[in-house]
Amino acid sequence: MSRDPVLTFTDKGIYCPAGDFYIDPWRPVSRALITHGHSDHARWGMGTYLATDAALPVMRHRLGDISAESIAYGQVRQIGDARVSFHPAGHVPGSAQIRVEVAGEVFVASGDYKVIDDGVSEPFEPVKCHHFITESTFGLPVFRWTPQVDVAAEINAWWAQCASVGKTAFLGAYALGKAQRLLSMLDPAIGPILTHGAVENTNAVMREQGITLPDTIQATADIDPKDYPGALVLAPPSALGSKWARKFGAQESAFASGWMALRGVRRRRAGDRGFVISDHADWSGLLWAIKETGAKNIYVTHGYMDIFTRYLNDNGWAAQVVPTQFEGESLDQGEEV
Amino acid sequence: MKRFATLFNAIDQSTKTTIKVAALARYFTEAEETDKLWTVALFSGRRPKRAVTTKRLREWAAEVADIPLWLFEDSYAIVGDLAETIALVLPPNNSVEDRPLSHWINDLRGLAHVDEPARKTFVLDAWQRLGGAERFLFNKLITGGFRVGISQKLMTRALSQATGKPEAELAHRLMGNWHPDDVTWHTLIEAEDASADASRPYPFYLAYALEDTPNSLGDPEEWRAEWKWDGIRGQLILRDGEYFVWSRGEELMTDRFPELARAIDHLPPGTVLDGELLVWQPENDKPSSFNALQARIGRKTVPKKLLASSPVVLHAYDLLEWQGEDLRDTPFAIRRATLEEACSDLPADAPIRLSPQHTFKEWDTLATLRGTAREENAEGLMLKRADSPYLSGRKKGDWWKWKLDPLTIDAVMIYAQSGSGRRANLFTDFTFAVWNGNDLVPFTKAYSGLTDKEFREITAWVKKNTQQRFGPVRQVTPHHVFEIAFEGIQASSRHKSGVALRFPRMKRWRQDKPLQEANTLDDLNEMLRVYG
Repeated sequence: MSRDPVLTFTDKGIYCPAGDFYIDPWRPVSRALITHGHSDHARWGMGTYLATDAALPVMRHRLGDISAESIAYGQVRQIGDARVSFHPAGHVPGSAQIRVEVAGEVFVASGDYKVIDDGVSEPFEPVKCHHFITESTFGLPVFRWTPQVDVAAEINAWWAQCASVGKTAFLGAYALGKAQRLLSMLDPAIGPILTHGAVENTNAVMREQGITLPDTIQATADIDPKDYPGALVLAPPSALGSKWARKFGAQESAFASGWMALRGVRRRRAGDRGFVISDHADWSGLLWAIKETGAKNIYVTHGYMDIFTRYLNDNGWAAQVVPTQFEGESLDQGEEV
Repeated sequence: MKRFATLFNAIDQSTKTTIKVAALARYFTEAEETDKLWTVALFSGRRPKRAVTTKRLREWAAEVADIPLWLFEDSYAIVGDLAETIALVLPPNNSVEDRPLSHWINDLRGLAHVDEPARKTFVLDAWQRLGGAERFLFNKLITGGFRVGISQKLMTRALSQATGKPEAELAHRLMGNWHPDDVTWHTLIEAEDASADASRPYPFYLAYALEDTPNSLGDPEEWRAEWKWDGIRGQLILRDGEYFVWSRGEELMTDRFPELARAIDHLPPGTVLDGELLVWQPENDKPSSFNALQARIGRKTVPKKLLASSPVVLHAYDLLEWQGEDLRDTPFAIRRATLEEACSDLPADAPIRLSPQHTFKEWDTLATLRGTAREENAEGLMLKRADSPYLSGRKKGDWWKWKLDPLTIDAVMIYAQSGSGRRANLFTDFTFAVWNGNDLVPFTKAYSGLTDKEFREITAWVKKNTQQRFGPVRQVTPHHVFEIAFEGIQASSRHKSGVALRFPRMKRWRQDKPLQEANTLDDLNEMLRVYG
């Protein structure tokens, strides 16, 4: 007897026929389950949204007046014939893998994830399943992240160096997730931390949720940079080199992204410095996560899909490429809104 | 190697030339002499003799990283740099000791005398001991090609700051055939220049492109004009009864152009000519197309048949040395007059021809002449100020190239492929087609000409409009029209469309142009008829 698969891949996104819902759809649908608040996963125009308790405030902030419900990690909800639960993905605060079970068959759509504990996001928890949908943004063996504490030391040394020669340290990073993670890594003893409005708005939402962040000062139009010698400015990548950035006078710019591991990209994009830090899993992180799920069937989305899929198939998994419109950690995307 | 790695990082991490030059100058002041010498050598494209093949390096790296070779190769294709790919896939290093750059180079040279297992042991051990930038640089010592954003110009500026010697003199000292095995820091940089190598060329003077009309250059009386030939720039040196041919890229090409040996019969020793190497049939009144020359450039030794069918001559347009004397500070008009005199007795079959000058009183005359350049197999005109000295490197003001506008055609993008290196995560390599009835016939690829912002935009579009994937190549929905600019067109049996373009690039993204209005194969064939 044949029946619908638990999850299918459609031109609107990942679809569950048994529960009649979509996961991270990119076109308007009536019911959307959202893994996390980044703009390529949580889009505007869905009938209703379901996300974790920790993810929803940022989504409301970004998407405005939406019809939405939230759910705790691990809590099981029956939707039609599907049993659904959300589990930490470690990508950004509130991010989730979505587990869907129909008649004993289990799929996990992991969205974006990383497997190390970054200190602000709920750490990744492997979920046993038969079918695992994985990203492959950094699915090449050349991507191997250095420990966060070492990157923190590099960034703080750079900041201190800038401060010592009277320059403003201008650090570009995505407003949701990466910015807060960086904040938690910075040493406030070096100097004041100024933020771009897009970063500060997200900070405010997260502080309200009880996430502890160091003190920051929003760099509004009326503040005078001269009052903040030795400052570090944290802003979305699109603000690097902008007119707004220039008002901070003599400065060095840096960009924090997994792509900074590649010298060519670093030279094209980084300004003065590139720090290698990503909210996605590196090569060994992806493989570890896949093994931990125990799944035999792997669906590979955004990133180096063909290469990663071939590797998995050569090593005993049944893997296939699933085209999506997700961007992953797109280096060249402007500010996430 | 830590000091060298620090220098490398300082240069590599900065986009500001002042910072790069300062870092280099400091290094040239502080480092050991042998390290300094090797640094100058490495940054000017010299390297120790390759001790290990890149094939073995790839295999060993894949083995140590515990990944299959195909995965290493695929990763390399994306990273775009072998030394970097190896440095990235290997497990973290486990040592902190420091040895000077020249020690590592000596060890690498020692590998020539040991068998392959010993070489492997050495390389694997080095990989384990070196981390980060040092591991990358170690690999570069083997594979070569230090592209660090340090031009010869910046290096001579830093050397000048460190030694107090003038930049022009240092630029000349660094030209030509030297190798760290044969010279010392002292003989290369510091010693009085008594025993200069007979083959040493002068730094080439390079022109900027004239974007405007020449009216902005002032009085036509002060200017001289020649064809800008479509060949390769060359410097012919006649000294001590020998001849040497150098390319602009400082490559010694003497063996590739044996016919130039006869220049020794016609011109005295102590002569250095700057000119254009062109294929020129004796019975023709203009050079052959660049294609004929290309067949010659590719051959290190030239078969007799090719030598007869595609003879090369030097079209001389400047005289840098005459009777052993450096003429570079002499005004161009005088150098030219001396050159004309030197060439006045050349027989018709000599491998040197004088590149003619055009007489003109007004810029308009020249504009008309420029319009006929393609008929002469020239690319446009060169304008040189009559009183200009022969400078070194690319300098604005005295020399201008006034090229013809390129040929253009509007074409449809049908395939896209991602780039490597700097463009690793962007779609940058596209295949273009023209209409043949209702079919789109691919006729060229192009990689350059768009801004980073446009590449980002088209990348996002490609991701959403992929119809089919063939490995790294994506077939996309025919939708976008681009204006493709190119310098020449040739019939080609190797291309489906029957044509091959020279220097194709994207001139403009024609977002205003509907798909149906792209050009046709008939249009392309008409261009082939007129310009081919």
